[in-house]
Amino acid sequence: MVATLLKLRFLVLRNSLRRSTWQLVATIIGALYGLVVLGLVVVGLIALAFAPQELAATIIVLAGSGVILGWIVIPLITSGIDQTLDPARLAQFPLPLSKLMIGLTVAGVLGVAGIITSIAALAAVATWIRSPLAAVAAIVCAALAVLTCVVGSRMVAALSVSLQSQRRFREVSSILIFIPLILLGPIIVGLTQSVRTSADALPGIARSLSWTPLGAAWSVPADLAAGDAAAAGLKFVIALVTLALLVLIWRRSLAAALVSPHAAASKRVARGKIGLFGIFPATPAGAVAARCLTYWRRDPRYARQLIIVPLVPVLLWFYSNNMGSLTLLTFTGPIVAFLLALATLADISYDGTAFATHVADGVRGRDDRLGRVAALAVFAVPLVLALTVASVAIANAWPHLPVLLGLTIGALLSGFGLTSVSSARIIIPVPAAGDNPFKSAPGAGFTTALSSFATWGILIVLVLPEIVLAIVAFLTGSVLIGWITLAVGLVLGSVFAVLGIRLGGRVLDRSAPVVLSRLKALRGAA
Amino acid sequence: MGGNEKGISMTSDHAVTALELRGLTKRFGDKVAVEALSLTVPTGSFYGLVGPNGAGKTTTLSMATGLLQPDAGQSFVHGIDMWQRPLEAKQLVGNLSDGVKLFDRLTGEQLVTYNGLLFGMSRDTVAERVADLLKLLDLEGAAGTLVVDYSAGMTKKIALACALVHAPKLLVLDEPFESVDPVSAANIRDMLTEYVAGGGTVIVSSHVMDLVQRMCDHVAVVSAGRVLASGTVDEVRGESSLEDRFVELVGGRHHAEGPAWLRHS
Repeated sequence: MVATLLKLRFLVLRNSLRRSTWQLVATIIGALYGLVVLGLVVVGLIALAFAPQELAATIIVLAGSGVILGWIVIPLITSGIDQTLDPARLAQFPLPLSKLMIGLTVAGVLGVAGIITSIAALAAVATWIRSPLAAVAAIVCAALAVLTCVVGSRMVAALSVSLQSQRRFREVSSILIFIPLILLGPIIVGLTQSVRTSADALPGIARSLSWTPLGAAWSVPADLAAGDAAAAGLKFVIALVTLALLVLIWRRSLAAALVSPHAAASKRVARGKIGLFGIFPATPAGAVAARCLTYWRRDPRYARQLIIVPLVPVLLWFYSNNMGSLTLLTFTGPIVAFLLALATLADISYDGTAFATHVADGVRGRDDRLGRVAALAVFAVPLVLALTVASVAIANAWPHLPVLLGLTIGALLSGFGLTSVSSARIIIPVPAAGDNPFKSAPGAGFTTALSSFATWGILIVLVLPEIVLAIVAFLTGSVLIGWITLAVGLVLGSVFAVLGIRLGGRVLDRSAPVVLSRLKALRGAA
Repeated sequence: MGGNEKGISMTSDHAVTALELRGLTKRFGDKVAVEALSLTVPTGSFYGLVGPNGAGKTTTLSMATGLLQPDAGQSFVHGIDMWQRPLEAKQLVGNLSDGVKLFDRLTGEQLVTYNGLLFGMSRDTVAERVADLLKLLDLEGAAGTLVVDYSAGMTKKIALACALVHAPKLLVLDEPFESVDPVSAANIRDMLTEYVAGGGTVIVSSHVMDLVQRMCDHVAVVSAGRVLASGTVDEVRGESSLEDRFVELVGGRHHAEGPAWLRHS
């Protein structure tokens, strides 16, 4: 049974890759990148064998904690988790819960992210090779840590599904609940900071973390190598208990998810009110904008993308407080602009087969693109401008305002252009309307993450002139270059936006029926 | 698309032909869904497209209305080539397709308004027509409810309203009566008959022979991606009922018993 689940998982991945050359290219680029990073990590871990024991322990505990945190948190913000084997879809088969859990865990470990994590974790064995006892413990603990990663991410996924099936938690609350989780990093660091008294920040943090569920498993071999068997034993127990707790919570929420099917949302609007359709211009593009903006408000899959808006300033404020300078905070505007602009990089995928309406009604590609950009711009432009000005005001960094505005505007406008093209090309599996926004569609994960990754890279290239100017402005402190950055951001950004809308429109005019066929195929597979 | 043929060849037929399909072909991998299918739908006819499951009805209608790129062949709507001049051709077509979703996070009223505005109509015209359509289709009470909360029949009706809002000259309806209650179905039938009397053309796909025989004046029997027979209903059915004629044409009727393991007594 476990083997069947595994086979299913790889079949879905293979089939989703087969569908589009673009996705295949993105996948290959991503895989190469991943391999290079993995190679560096392995070499680094082996090299650590020759480093002082204290240093090795610090690095491994910090990095390892980061990995576990990443496994648990990243799926929530990027929908990157591999949910090929969605429990809700397996509910109809008479599978015993424990077998299902084993199957899902093994599939998770043998997933791409799982394999990478496992290799890196095993490479840490090499770090402790000078102490045989620690090396043996490292093998056991590596397995423990990888299982914690996989089970943790499955637990979060199952948790979000079972919360979802309770109507009240739907929409906004299902998003708000996870904000503290996403802020877990700063919270833990904040706690450990208040605890630590040592002058050296990082070893202190590592020591504190090693007593938490995040770092315990990683730190056992280090303590053994240092000869502190008591601490090692205690931390091993912490790691075991952590895994047991995760399994327990996962089991309970999975059981809940299996018996309570998704409830339909129920929402009523007063009759005769056509909302935004009465406000936007009565043109095809205006109608598309009104529809998209309505979806931004009503569809949790869109609302989810807005979590970053409050989070980025909070995170940056936290880290700049740590650094004792508020400079970092002033980058709130550019970062939010960058992320928001890319929020719609696969917009048509969210339409699903409803996109047939646009095809059947003969909507011109240009109107489709323009409407989608306008819907986003209506709130994104004032939002990022306000964030930029506010963060500059808080940091009292007024001389930097032009530079930051240039970066913000450049990133947002260029992003509009880029997503106008990308969303006409990239069709990825996304949760269907009404599904949990955190639940990834079958076959998503890998390809989604990679196509987003490629698009991010392209946007950085497009904004490169502004970035270079900004760096020069910061280094020289030149006010003039600051203003030039602003001008370049405005002009270049507008050019990219217009070009993107035109080009994307032309792509869509040519390929709308093909796009629709691919959307249908995705739904068929789901 | 067929080679050099530029597609806008105006033959005298086009004046009376609402929809003309020429050699439409579609393959999905190895499977041929529609094979060189040609069909002429005269203006002002109420045309039924019947066929067994998987006959290629939906595929044919999708290619005819510009939703699915054909591997070969052409589709003319009142003489305009759907795949050469899609924007003009689509203005003439009202389309209810089977198996696609609607933008169901909009209310019924918003959805029909959306479709009207996408066709470039003015806000006032749209508002007036939306009110008429909601009344006609008995959806006034549900106008402010999200389409996602509609029943299957209500969803069909709102999709029909979306297809009608721009007053198309040709209505292409894929399985319009599926899961619609008998009263609404009768209302819709009356409305379509009136629409045809007013000079419009309707093509409906269905596998309910009885309905087609009563409602349509023309019919085409499609199976395995080919037209087996087409013409007026009387021409096609001859002396027998449409259903008998259909079974005769399509074949596949058998009286075998089900597998033994399905019998519990």
